[in-house]
This record gives sequence, C-alpha cells and structure tokens, in this order.
Amino acid sequence: MDLDTLLSYQWGAMAPEFIILGVATILSIVDLFAPKRFDRRILGWIGFAGILAALAALMNLFAVDTVTILYDTFKLDAFAKVFKLLLLIGAALIMLLAIGYRPKEGMEEFKGEFYYLLLAGLLGTMIMSSSGDLITLFVGLELLSLSSYILAGIRKKHLPSNESAMKYIINGSIATAVTLFGMSYLYGITGTTNLAEMTNVLPQLNNSQYSYLMGIAFFMLLVGLSFKLATAPFHMWAPDVYQGAATPVTAFLSVVSKTAGFVILIRMVVIVFSNTQAGATGVDSVTPLLFKLQDFIAVLAGVTMVVGNVIALRQRNIKRLFAYSSIAHAGYLLVAVTSMSVFMFESIWFYLGAYLFMNVGAFAVIQLMTANNDNEDIAQFAGMYKRTPWLAVAMGVFILSLAGIPGTAGFIGKLNIFMGALISEPAHYILAALMIATTVVSYFYYFGILTQMFFRPSPVDGEVEKKKIPVGIGVAIGICVLATIAFGLFPNTALDFFHTNFGGFQ
Amino acid sequence: MNEYFLSILVFSPLLGIAVLALMPKTQEVAIKTVGFLATLPALVLALVAFIGGSDHLKKYDIQIEWIRFGDYEVFDLFKIDYELGLNGFSLVLIVLTAVISTLAAIASVHIKKEWKGYFMLFLLLEVGMLGVFAAQNLILFFIFFEITMIPMFFLIGKWGYFEKEKAAYSYLIYNGLGSAILLIVIMVLFARTGTANYDALAQLMAVENANTVAPFSETLKFGLLIALLIAFGVKLPIFPLHTWMLRVHVQAPPAIVMLHSGILLKIGAFGLIRFGMGIFPEQFKSIAVLLAVLGVVNLLYGAFLAFKQSDFKMVLAYSSISHMGIVLIGLGALNEAGIQGAIFQVVSHGLISALLFFLVGVFYERFHTSTIANLGGMAKGMPLTAGFLLAGALASLGLPGMSGFVSEFMAFLGLFEEMPILAAIGCIGIIITAVYLLRAVLGMTYGKANRDFIAVSDLKSVEFIPVVALLALIILIGVYPSVLSDPLHSTLETIMLGLGG
Repeated sequence: MDLDTLLSYQWGAMAPEFIILGVATILSIVDLFAPKRFDRRILGWIGFAGILAALAALMNLFAVDTVTILYDTFKLDAFAKVFKLLLLIGAALIMLLAIGYRPKEGMEEFKGEFYYLLLAGLLGTMIMSSSGDLITLFVGLELLSLSSYILAGIRKKHLPSNESAMKYIINGSIATAVTLFGMSYLYGITGTTNLAEMTNVLPQLNNSQYSYLMGIAFFMLLVGLSFKLATAPFHMWAPDVYQGAATPVTAFLSVVSKTAGFVILIRMVVIVFSNTQAGATGVDSVTPLLFKLQDFIAVLAGVTMVVGNVIALRQRNIKRLFAYSSIAHAGYLLVAVTSMSVFMFESIWFYLGAYLFMNVGAFAVIQLMTANNDNEDIAQFAGMYKRTPWLAVAMGVFILSLAGIPGTAGFIGKLNIFMGALISEPAHYILAALMIATTVVSYFYYFGILTQMFFRPSPVDGEVEKKKIPVGIGVAIGICVLATIAFGLFPNTALDFFHTNFGGFQ
Repeated sequence: MNEYFLSILVFSPLLGIAVLALMPKTQEVAIKTVGFLATLPALVLALVAFIGGSDHLKKYDIQIEWIRFGDYEVFDLFKIDYELGLNGFSLVLIVLTAVISTLAAIASVHIKKEWKGYFMLFLLLEVGMLGVFAAQNLILFFIFFEITMIPMFFLIGKWGYFEKEKAAYSYLIYNGLGSAILLIVIMVLFARTGTANYDALAQLMAVENANTVAPFSETLKFGLLIALLIAFGVKLPIFPLHTWMLRVHVQAPPAIVMLHSGILLKIGAFGLIRFGMGIFPEQFKSIAVLLAVLGVVNLLYGAFLAFKQSDFKMVLAYSSISHMGIVLIGLGALNEAGIQGAIFQVVSHGLISALLFFLVGVFYERFHTSTIANLGGMAKGMPLTAGFLLAGALASLGLPGMSGFVSEFMAFLGLFEEMPILAAIGCIGIIITAVYLLRAVLGMTYGKANRDFIAVSDLKSVEFIPVVALLALIILIGVYPSVLSDPLHSTLETIMLGLGG
C-alpha cells in the first residue's frame, strides 16, 4: 500500500473516531505528566468536549452517502450513523456523570484513567457499529471489553468493585472466546472475513451440510453476544458487576455497552444469516436460515423478560434492581429482533434511544443518592420527595418511562416494538402477550421505588438536609428528563430524523 | 377558535398545575382556591358545548399529524394523529366529568396535608378523564386512559386511609392488567390495519375480508372483542374482577372516590359501547346474552353483599357493582331502550355516587368513622346531612322522579323485550337495592344513637354547593329526561345502525 492509496481514502468518514482517539491520547499523556495535585476533573471536561466535537463531526457526515474505506473494513452507512449518534450521546451523558463522581474513599489518582478509558470503550463501540469486516468487528468488541474490565475495577480500594471486575473479566473472556469460535466457522465456510463478500458467497452455498455448520456458527455467535446484551440465561454476571462497579461505569455498561451489543448483533448475525439458505432443497432453499432459527431468539427474548422482571421483584439493592431491569429491557429489544418486521431497525433504534435517556438519568439520580455512604438499599430513597422534591420528580419521570407509561419515551418505544411483533404473519401473539404481562410485573418493583420516594417518611429526622448537586450531573439529569418527556410527547422529532437518514438502508 | 376549543377544554387544568407549581406549599387556602378555580374553565367550556346543541359537534373536531411509525407516508399508514372530537355520548360524559371534577375539588377542602401535590395530581387526573372521552383514536384513548392511572395511584396511596398503600397497589395491578389487555387489542388492530381511528376501524371491520395490512379472521375479531370485554370489565367492574374497586372505595379520600366511582368506572362502560359496539357490532351481538347474564349476576351479587355490610362505604362500593350490572343489562338487551338505559345509568350513577360519597366525606370529617352502627341517630345532630343522605339513597334505589328510576326503567324495558326470564330474575335486584339502601341509611339517620351530637356542626358554607348541585341534576334528569336523551339521539342512531336494526 503506497501513500497515494492511503491518501485516496475518504478519511473524513472516520472523523468522529479520530477525534475520540485523539482526545483519549491527549488525556492519557496529560494525565501522565500532570502533577499529582492537579485537579483531574478538567480532563473530564476535555473528554466531554471531545465527545461533543465527535458528535458535531458525525452530524456533518449525515449528508454524505455511504462510504467504505480500508478495503471495505470500515463502512460508514446509514446504520452506522444513526447508531453512532446514540453511542455518542450516551457516552457524553455518562462522561458528565463520571466528572461528578466522588466515592468516599477518593479516587483522585485514577480519575484520569476513568475518563480516557471511557473514551476508549466508546471508540470500540463506534468501530463496531461501522465495521464491515469480522476483524474490525472483533477489534472493536475487544477494545470495548478491555476498557470495561478495567473500568469495573476502577475503585481499587473498594472490595465489591474488585469482585465485579474479576467476575466480569472471567465471564467476558469466555464469551469472547465463544464469539470468536463462531466467527471462525463463518470464515471457514465462506473463506472471507468481509461481511459484504460473505453475503455474496453465502447464497451460493448449496450443500445442505453447510446449513448445519452455519447453524453452529449462529448459536455460537448468539451465545457470545448474548453475554454483551446481558440476556438470560447469559445474564448472571450483570447483577454482580453492576452492583460492584462505580455508578457511572454501571451506567456505561447498561447503556453504551448494551447498545453496542445490539449493533453488532444486527450487523453480523441478522445480516449474515438472513442471507444464508436454510437448506439446499425445496422450501428451505428459499427461506433464510435466520427465519428458521427465529424461534430460538424468541425463546431467549421470552426467558430474558421473565427472568429479568421476576428476579427484580426480590431485590433490595437499587443497583442490582436496575441490573435486572436492564436485563428485562434487553428482552424487550430482543422481541424487536425476533419479529424481524419492517419496523425492526426503527423500533430498536428508538427504544435504545429512549432507554439511553431514562436509564442514564436514573443512574445519575442513584449516583447522587448513594454517593455519601455506599448504602444502596432502596430504603435510601425513602422520603426523597420531602428532601429533594425536584430530584424525586425527575426520578419519577425516569421510572415511569422505564415502566412504559404513556407520556414518556419508554411508552412509544414499547408501542413500536409491540407493533412490530403483531404485524408479521403469523403474528407473535405469545411473545407480545409475554412482553406486556412482564411489563405489568415490572410495575411492582418500579412503583416500589416510587412508593419509597413519595409515600415513606424520611429516615433523616428534623431539619431537611439540602443536597448540593454537581453541575455536570444536574445538566445530565436535566437533559435526560427533557428528552424522556419530549420523545414521549413528540416522538416524531426522532422518528422523522430516523426516516430521513435511514430511508434507503437495507 | 372552534378548532382549538376541545384542546383547550381538555388541557385547561394544566394551567392550574402550572400556577400551583409556582406557589409556596404552605398556603393552604390559596392552594385550595387555585385548585378549585382550575377546574372551572373546563366546566364552562363543556357547558358551552352542551348548550350549543348536539347537532353542531363536528365543528369541534381537530386533527393534527402526530406520530408516524415506519416510512409509509405514501400509503398513509401507521400514523397516529392527535385527533379529538365529540359525539352526543362523549359530550354528555365530558360534561359529567367537568361537573364532578369541580364538585370534587370543593370536596377536597377536607384534605389535610400536602395540598399542593394533591391538587396537581387531581388536575392531571382531570386532564386524563376529559381526554379519554374526547380522543378519536385508540392510541390517544389509551394514553389518556393511562394518564388517569398514575395520579390515581398516588392520590390513593398518599392521601388515603389506613390501608392506602395496599389499595393503591391493587388498583395499579388490576388496572395495569386491564390496560395491558386493552393495549394488546389496540395494537393488534393498529398493526394489522395501519390505522387507529375509530371510524376508519369501524368501516374496515364491517367489511368481510377488508383490504388490511395483515388479514383479520372472524375468530380474531371475536377474540379481540372478548379481550375488550375483560379489559373494560376490570374497569367497570364486572364480577369477579371487582375486588380492587372495593379497596379503592374504602381507602381513598372521599373526594377522589367521587371521581373514581363517578367517572373512572364509567370509562369501562364508555369503552364497551364505543369500541365493543362501535368496532365489532357483528360479534357484539353474539355475546349479548353473556353480557345480560353478567349484568344480572353483578346486580344481584352487589345487592346481596351490600345488604351484609356494616361500613357505609362498603355498602356504597357494592351498590356501585350492583348498579354497573344495570349498565350491562342495558347493553345486553341490544335495543334502543336498553342502550339508552345503559347510558342513562352511566350518567345517573355518576351523579348519585358522587353525591353519596360527598356526604360520606362530610360525616367522616366530623366523626372519623363510616360504620353504620356508630352513626346512629345522625338526624338529631345533623338534620340536613341526614336529609340529603336519604334523598341520595332514594335516587339510588330508583325512586320515580329521580334519575335512577329513568335509567333502570329503560334498561329493564329493553331487557324484558329480549330476554323476559332473565329480566324477571334481575328485578329481584331492584327490590334488594331498596332494602339495603334503606337499611343502611335509616340505620344511620334514625338508628339508636351511640353518641351525642351536641358539638357537631351540620352542613355548612361551601359544603352546600356540591350537595345542592348534584341533587338538582339528579332531579332534573328524573323529571325531564330529554335533557340527556336529546344529545344522545344521534349517537344512539349510529349505534343502532351499526348493529343492523
């Protein structure tokens, strides 16, 4: 490869990635040479500014047609753009949380790492959403995973945090191995790692034995990725990791990392296997393998919704509770994947967007409420309405949205998924009914938190303490509340944007 | 102006919420005044529309594009508009809602704590109730329907009596399940037809093998109707889905029960008539007998159990179940008299139960009990309250000249025409109604006095407004039923046309 070819690439397509990479590099260097007493929160603000710059660069790229560079390994198409938008917004909000994060034992010396590892993880997710090749896909996945492992253990002197990192890395490595094993089958059968070439080669395979090998590849990939999505029965790590990790990290894992999981699921599994025939003869030769295996995803979705929502009922620790709640939400999203309706992309995108705002918002409030004393019991929320009315109302909005109550973005998202499940023929009645039934089950624990906040008396007697909310977190909560309500009342702002930019993608 | 008339009507209580949000939370009198005043715009506008006559309701329609799922602009599918509109039936219910909301705001003088939060939720609840009746498509209906649920949960759970949280939860879960089933029906309709508009759906469902996005079999339509029956059966409530409603009646503050029993239960009847009869008329015919049977069961079950209760609130709660049976009986008759009777019963019971629960609030405020035995001899100390209580009970048991009589008479007239035996059995219910109401009310007013009523004040100042207003409306409907039947006329004709007869 000579310089001319290098220069001929449209590097502009990678502008957002370059910005994130650059900022992360600068932050790590500054962190290395800055004196010990230097207030590292400024680094967080630089990181935040970097994400905003990347966001601006991305918005600039929306007008550009699909670009592929580096021998088709990096692909900037409509799919990548709209999902990168979610990833960047999510990361920006979480960066605000991270800036305001002050655990009681202090973590001044690690603060710098905190910020640039977040950026590195973000970079991984962005590469995943743009990759057109198994190699880049895997590199992105590993970049995300490795950053997340360290982030989970960033509270070095906090035992649960160490436990969380340990569990995460062991489980995560197994999942990565399984994913890689699945990828190796794909490569073995098609002889290429490029996804575009793969979709050309796959329809021409007419040996019925291949469909079994492809079946194995499918299951391996699905299992490996289920880990990232935290869907049952591969969800065991989530509660422990979520509970132990620092709250901004928990938010990162449950929002950005999960979004990335769905991105890669769609990019790889859905696209590849919808181009594979189910068999060599008869009807099978014209049905995609994916449709034959649809039921397995459906079962996974059903089990995930039930497990997430039912176990959440018994939780007293707020972060564990949200871990199960986020498992349940992954289940709802899988319903959209299962139904494979015309609304699939739209509903997944919108739901992930809504989920991003309501979940980051909720974690921001949790961070504020538990910061003082690491006590994460739900009782910590008792009498919150008396102590900090506005914060309580904000949390109320997030929880109502998570529960899918009309007027919030969560409702529109569920509506959209629901519609997709019912439009296909035959309609997925059971899955839809299960989704709505588990939603009602979720009322129990979501409204349990509301009960604590609004009905129960405050444990702190006498004078009501005034809590000082750090600017960054205040802004993040404000944005999340506004977005949750705005996309609930005027969802067309988001949906129109999606239709305009996603229109021709297939 | 006309275009925005309905939107202003529905959302006017929001103005009150905004004002309340800016007020300091300790000024009790000011907050209560604002809360009351905020219900007035909706009342005035509703009355303007009512007086304007039911022939010109089309002019209030509004339709603005709101949500569009998928990229199907060319086919005009999968879009949800913001569309409000009125017909005679919904107009009547909107007036009822506005009237009872204003009166319940007055009844809220008895609220003891956190008035600010109370009135903000109260007004939000009013928005939800008004919206439910004004919505012109299923999804908008559902959104307003759910908006009523959240404020109710808090109003019961925070301002209720001893077992308030349990009552709030059972309200939430029963209604959550009910609306979950409703949502499934709505989404099946929406996903498979691409529209959620009432009229468009009614047209599509009337044609066999209509050209929809996904096919509709007869079994599916029938299944959807049964699901609708269950969903609204929770709300109405239909036996055996009623237990949540007993708890709410007993535990919620009386002002909220006025709204709950006066309006929220009526959403169930509204839904059955509007969607059940409106969208699936063919299938509705085949479950008419079932409805009539359920109606008689409700009527008798409620009446018998009301007879056994020692708490007056429980008597009223079972009496609500019993009276909702009459709505079902009217619907089951499937003729003009029956349906008209059902609608009349909806309005009449709304007014009567609001009146009775207001009185419960009045004497609970003074004695902190609603047990019949403890209130004996009330006529001695509170003659006016006792008098109005008796008047309310007489209206409820269907004394000619009051609204209860008209509705029961018409509902049974309808049923006797279609299923005389069932109607005859149902008539036993009417007799028991008289027995249990008189037993309870006479036990309180003239029963053995267990306390002296010396230092107790009778009805005073603002408390007169709701009592007099409600009683006047009850008698007005009783002696001059045309005030209701005129606006309902065209709606009834449309329904009968849909039913094919």
